[in-house]
Amino acid sequence: MTPSTIELTPTAEDRRIARHAAAAIVLTVAEAAIPLPLPGVKPGLANIVTLVVLARWGWREAVWVSLLRVLAGSLLLGQFLAPGFFLSLSGALASLVVLGLAMHLPARWFGPVSHSILAAFAHIGAQLVVARLWLVPHDGVFYLTPVFALAAVVFGLVNGLIGARLLRELYAKRPAAGDPMER
Amino acid sequence: MRLDLADWRGLLRPGDVLVAIGGLLVCGYALFALWQGGVPDGAVVRAGGKVIARVDLARERTIEVPGPLGVTVIEIRPGRARVASDPGPRQYCVRQGWLTQAGAVAICAPNEVSLSLTGRAADYDSLNY
Repeated sequence: MTPSTIELTPTAEDRRIARHAAAAIVLTVAEAAIPLPLPGVKPGLANIVTLVVLARWGWREAVWVSLLRVLAGSLLLGQFLAPGFFLSLSGALASLVVLGLAMHLPARWFGPVSHSILAAFAHIGAQLVVARLWLVPHDGVFYLTPVFALAAVVFGLVNGLIGARLLRELYAKRPAAGDPMER
Repeated sequence: MRLDLADWRGLLRPGDVLVAIGGLLVCGYALFALWQGGVPDGAVVRAGGKVIARVDLARERTIEVPGPLGVTVIEIRPGRARVASDPGPRQYCVRQGWLTQAGAVAICAPNEVSLSLTGRAADYDSLNY
């Protein structure tokens, strides 16, 4: 057997990103099996993983995990390059930008729940804009904004609480060095 | 993991509550702004197919409209309007009561009188009977 000339040695960070992305992808696929009353209203459980990664490992890794999840999740669900994929991608990008800003809010006052709700609003905001500009060029798409906003509050709150709980359990088990979650 | 409500509440920080409340306010505002269905700003009265009065809903007034059966009385109040009385046999337009949404219409067919509210964002493009 010819030895490969290219040697890729994954770093600990690579492995961590892959592990977290895998968990997020599992949640995305599992969530696709849940019947939902309205297209576009989803719990977004995979974002719990993004929240945890953001708090424990920082923004850069959260971006990796989130975008890998969008890409691989859409491939698994047969949505790659379909309209739904671009909606997910735009939502994820907007959420990441907002998370990057929100993580600098004073941690004494604003925790994962705040991050989660703000990111959920960024998510629906970006999706509505993309849908309006590209998929449904009519102001009628904004008609459902109240429903989406309510979903963002409810699911943002629930995901944020689960993320905060996971962070607490993880932190109690094995405090990461320089963990930004000091409480 | 037990489901303990107080335990979960401990995960909320003060700012989180504010963010959640802010989110609900955005939601309420969107509901108010998008689902209100248009505040009416004026009323149009027609008799026999012709517009006989075009009034704003800012001040109170009563309009008497003659038709083939008699006089239909239309009452205008700030923000709403109704057919107060009509000589028609079935009184549908009177029983409709106050009209408050832009685009709403009361039609007294026997007397050939109609009252419709106009507004910037009407709920209906057109109505057909």
